[in-house]
Amino acid sequence: MFDKESVGRLKAAKAKWQEGADKIPAGKTCKAYSDCTTSSGIDVKLLYTPEDVGEMDYMRDLGFPGEYPYTRGYQATMYRGRLWTMRQYAGFATVEESNRRYKYLLNQGQTGLSIAFDLPTQLGMDADHPLSEGEVGKVGVSVSSLADLEVLFDGIPLDQVSTSMTINAPAAVLMAMYIALARRKGISADKLNGTIQNDILKEYSARGTYIYPPAPSMRIISDIFAYCSKEAPNWNMISISGYHMREAGCTAVQEVAFTLADGIAYVDAAIKAGLDVDSFAARLSFFFDAHNNLLEEVAKFRAARRMWARIMKDRFHAKNPKSLMLRFHTQTAGCTLTSQQPDNNVVRVTLQALAAVLGGTQSLHTNSRDEALSLPSEDSVRIALRTQQIIGYESGVADTVDPLAGSYFVESMTNRIEEEALKYIAKIDELGGAVKAIERGFIQQEIQNSSYQYQLEIESGKKVIVGVNKFQVENKPFKNLMHIDSALFEKRHKELAAMKSHRDAAKIEAALAQVKVVAGTDENLMPAIIDAVDAYATLGEVCDVLRSVFGEYRPDATF
Amino acid sequence: MEEKIRVLVAKPGLDGHDRGAKVLARAFMDAGMEVIYTGIRRTPEQIAEVAVQEDVDVVALSCLSGAHNTLFPKVVDLLKEKGADDILVMGGGVIPEDDIPFLKEHGISEVFGPGTPLATCVDYIRSHVKREA
Repeated sequence: MFDKESVGRLKAAKAKWQEGADKIPAGKTCKAYSDCTTSSGIDVKLLYTPEDVGEMDYMRDLGFPGEYPYTRGYQATMYRGRLWTMRQYAGFATVEESNRRYKYLLNQGQTGLSIAFDLPTQLGMDADHPLSEGEVGKVGVSVSSLADLEVLFDGIPLDQVSTSMTINAPAAVLMAMYIALARRKGISADKLNGTIQNDILKEYSARGTYIYPPAPSMRIISDIFAYCSKEAPNWNMISISGYHMREAGCTAVQEVAFTLADGIAYVDAAIKAGLDVDSFAARLSFFFDAHNNLLEEVAKFRAARRMWARIMKDRFHAKNPKSLMLRFHTQTAGCTLTSQQPDNNVVRVTLQALAAVLGGTQSLHTNSRDEALSLPSEDSVRIALRTQQIIGYESGVADTVDPLAGSYFVESMTNRIEEEALKYIAKIDELGGAVKAIERGFIQQEIQNSSYQYQLEIESGKKVIVGVNKFQVENKPFKNLMHIDSALFEKRHKELAAMKSHRDAAKIEAALAQVKVVAGTDENLMPAIIDAVDAYATLGEVCDVLRSVFGEYRPDATF
Repeated sequence: MEEKIRVLVAKPGLDGHDRGAKVLARAFMDAGMEVIYTGIRRTPEQIAEVAVQEDVDVVALSCLSGAHNTLFPKVVDLLKEKGADDILVMGGGVIPEDDIPFLKEHGISEVFGPGTPLATCVDYIRSHVKREA
């Protein structure tokens, strides 16, 4: 971005400045509060100048927003057209209570829904499964059949909201239920907006809610791609997630690398299944974490956007510009929330949310201050949403596109993250791609090493966490925590029994038999699953049929 | 030579959040203990069985889903049934302060929340583990 001659002059002047400023010992000036390295172990210099970005070419490396390589944003006008979608992940206990929380959030100015399911639902088990005891309704809402979804979305116009569902291993079943529900309301699938997370690879490497082994899981995902790109063209049929790997402890560089490597694996699988890259790539979406290091995070988002564009163009020869665009949701980093002095978390969340906005996120969840203690209370959720609104409506950062572009430091960091992440992707390619790398435990091991390193740095005081290893006070108990009634298990038992007694047993049996037949062929699973759930076959019943065909994944436990 | 303290780090319930469990497992190992990690999604029955089979001194339970009140006491009860009530059972995860008295009444010797230094957990084990004389 700067010609050689002026960079040369600058170098000479800088050498002189450094001599004169010898009282500023370059590396040592900030040791008192930090070691001046980022989460990815990148050393941060005292000063960045044109010398650090001299090799860059504006049109090649940055371009205009809405144009390749999309470093500056995937839309021309970005937030001037519309602020990001403020999407708080929510759901707990019963469908009735969650339905009330969604309506509350929509009334408070939230613009999209994000459904949190409880763990039995995420693992394809009904609420009356013996292993569901103690877990029903805890980390999300319990949904076992279409009957539950009918109540969950009661009074919410499916053709006017966008709904994001954090569902992975059983994503096909929940997607099928959502489509079936919409049909009953006279809304066809092509009118639906939203996202299913549907990212199984990060479940193996970090999050843990897998059911089937990798190969059949990838097949189900390809089936969803094929079905949705035809029938539900506005639906984001996957949200390729770095969030959970970051939360499990990896660095910013690793988050970008592992997420894009997973993305490459999904595109590969879909192409192998016979899909044309441009028929589905525009509906891939991404999900990142926003961690503490503000400027490294901004650089991370920008680097990820540029890298994906280049990967899709050079590696997969995508032609549709939309196939090249990395659109992403961001959530602030849950793992940075402290149970000590929980109000401090409001400030952390603000900085993290700011990073996401400066990095050009399409939607954002801000965590609540009390989430290191329990599920968030309504008061805390409101502050979290207000944090986004203050950034959007008051701070002015949304007024111009990619405002940190051209910062010597941010551009240099963006380049560096791209370089380092590309090395990881090359390594994963060598191992045979993300699926193989996960099967061999490579990605898991990398995450574990980083997380242990991070913890050791906190222990040694090298990394300061305010209120935890510095500036501690006597902890006062935090009031008004959210509690979920453990009696839900029995309540849901009864509800399910009642629902099942009203079903047409022969119809269910036939529909489930059809799912089984299709699972054993190369045919697309989606139509058979939609028929089954439409007849009120439960989530557990459908997943059990698939378990009987595909088996279950049981990894070795390592640490 | 004194025998090493044997610790089972265990994840009861359905949540897959095992960052804390794995970090602790490593810290216990670095502190010179023998460590077995169950992996995620184990039932209380499976955990108690492994604890007895492996003849551990400590079971460190981790749960972040909110199911601790159901699952932790079950592990304690099953260990008792198997005559292994000398095993020290400790817990951690996202556990509201209000639940801690309940857990302690049900045999969880101590509960460590987010932000607890590793050294605190290691020291706790060293000073509380019940070794046969």
